[in-house]
Amino acid sequence: MEGALGPGLEADFGLRRGDSFRLDLSLSIPAGTTVALLGPNGAGKSTAVAAIAGLLPIESGRIGLAGTILDHPVSDVLIPAEARRIGVVFQDYLLFPHMTVIENVAFGLRSRGVRRQEAIERAGGWLERLDLSGLERSKPSQLSGGQAQRVALARALVIDPDLLLLDEPLAALDVTTRVELRRVLARHLADFPGPRLVITHDPTEAFLLADEVHIIENGVVTQSGSPDEIRLRPRTPYAADLAGSNLLFGRASHGRVDVESHLLHLAEHEIEGEVLLTIRPSSISLHRTPPEGSPRNTWETTIAVMERLGERTRIRTGAPLPLTVEVTSEATIALALGVGETVWLAIKATEIGVESEGGYTRSV
Amino acid sequence: MKIDASLRRTRRPPALLVVLGSIGLAMFVVPFVGLLARVPWSDLPALLASDVVTDALRLSMVTSLTATAIAVVVGIPLAWMMARLDFPGRPLVRGLVTLPLVLPPVVGGAALLFALGRRGLVGEGLEQATGLLLPFSTWGVVVANTFVAMPFLVITVEAAIRNLDQRYEGAAASLGANRWTVLRRVTLPMIGPSLVAGLVLTWARAFGEFGATITFAGNLQGRTQTLPLAVFVALESDRDTAVALSLVMVVVSLAVLVGLRERWWKAL
Repeated sequence: MEGALGPGLEADFGLRRGDSFRLDLSLSIPAGTTVALLGPNGAGKSTAVAAIAGLLPIESGRIGLAGTILDHPVSDVLIPAEARRIGVVFQDYLLFPHMTVIENVAFGLRSRGVRRQEAIERAGGWLERLDLSGLERSKPSQLSGGQAQRVALARALVIDPDLLLLDEPLAALDVTTRVELRRVLARHLADFPGPRLVITHDPTEAFLLADEVHIIENGVVTQSGSPDEIRLRPRTPYAADLAGSNLLFGRASHGRVDVESHLLHLAEHEIEGEVLLTIRPSSISLHRTPPEGSPRNTWETTIAVMERLGERTRIRTGAPLPLTVEVTSEATIALALGVGETVWLAIKATEIGVESEGGYTRSV
Repeated sequence: MKIDASLRRTRRPPALLVVLGSIGLAMFVVPFVGLLARVPWSDLPALLASDVVTDALRLSMVTSLTATAIAVVVGIPLAWMMARLDFPGRPLVRGLVTLPLVLPPVVGGAALLFALGRRGLVGEGLEQATGLLLPFSTWGVVVANTFVAMPFLVITVEAAIRNLDQRYEGAAASLGANRWTVLRRVTLPMIGPSLVAGLVLTWARAFGEFGATITFAGNLQGRTQTLPLAVFVALESDRDTAVALSLVMVVVSLAVLVGLRERWWKAL
């Protein structure tokens, strides 16, 4: 605990909220790395944001950033929020409604004593970098969700922070813009040289944006690892639910997607080009004999891994296309499933979620 | 496109509501019509130019605006304390602040006299220390006005601060703004409409103050005789002057209320 502070975010702390809730969190984020804190509502994510941002003092442990201790109750150190160099993109963005876009972005500089003219110029530079030129005089209420998100990002980045902290950066957007903006956000995250922390309840967001994911449940981190590690080896039922979707990248054409030379049929025929597929493990069925009827995505495979998770069993299948499958424990017994067994796998075309995809670097 | 007949019927305003509402409106309109009917229009310029009227108008404007300014300086911090600080006895404080709203102003004036009068709890020390004697002085009028009118500002601003999403203030802090900057650039602008509404109500209440003023500050022309007091005196001796004074009050108040309502006063 008392070790030297690294250049990134070094946080290991605990605090209580109310009578029954306690958050214990340990995070270490080197510069240039994106970490996601992924958890359900009430898991303590907002408390973590407040503690790191300096809006809530911690009770034990230590928070350090860029070699400076921000909060350390034992030595009575507490740097207030306004003196921390943390760029926060808040949930719902919280753009000041009475200020114009440029005033919002310049606010952090003005508050830090930068002269008006210079603050406006530097804010304008960030607006340009984030494709927001021309919106300087707009009020936040006039912006689209995506524009508001980028203004919030500009406002956080303009102060040249030591940490970029994003609290549910995409939750305020509707589903269609979310896909597009996740891509834009991934690009801007990559441009930020310091440590980045993304708080989210959306597994897709966490898995696609982060290098490392911490799953938080009831104030405690229940699993940490790379997106792949968590997706392939979830350790709690919640993580399994989150890991939920099989994420596949492929190239779509005429209702078929080529995923690692394996063809999958889609219900959606319009979409072309690079796509991201999501398949819920519980929507995949396993059979002892070749299944009859409607499913067109069916192939023979072997069971590589089996894991009991309460009432359900999680199965990892082998070649030709490894997938995570979830079946009820009764089905496991009824089908006499076991590791190494050969089974038939079936996915209905309608059960495959598909969204157009462009800029992600393939992490799978 | 054809509009359904039943829909058309529901569009017509309900007669009972309109009748009752019109009676309510008449309660406001009739007295003013009565007042206007009594205005001695030909003598009006001379009446308005008289010392009694100009002294009272000047005094009313000065004292009501000063009271409003004091309410801003101490009332907004009080509202902030009540909204944001968790301290024991907060319900009692809230009750005390609203007390002047329900108390007869005469009682308020008497209380001020006992506290701030020459033999009063605080007044005695105040006079010895500074030589300032509040009762029967223009400052006394200001104190009485503030006492009676400030609750309007405190209550409106407190409610607005309490309803404000505190996360905006957190966002401002994370951007490097200290407490004072947060209050000045985020909290107060965000409650702007309520703040203006509170200011208007406070000023209007101070401008029309009568009971506490006459009890605490007396009725001396040019020093403590505000417009309402002058009206009261003139009603006994000089009806025409009373009407002229009343007309001035109506016109000034109406101008402020209507003028501000257009631009600012949408919160109420």
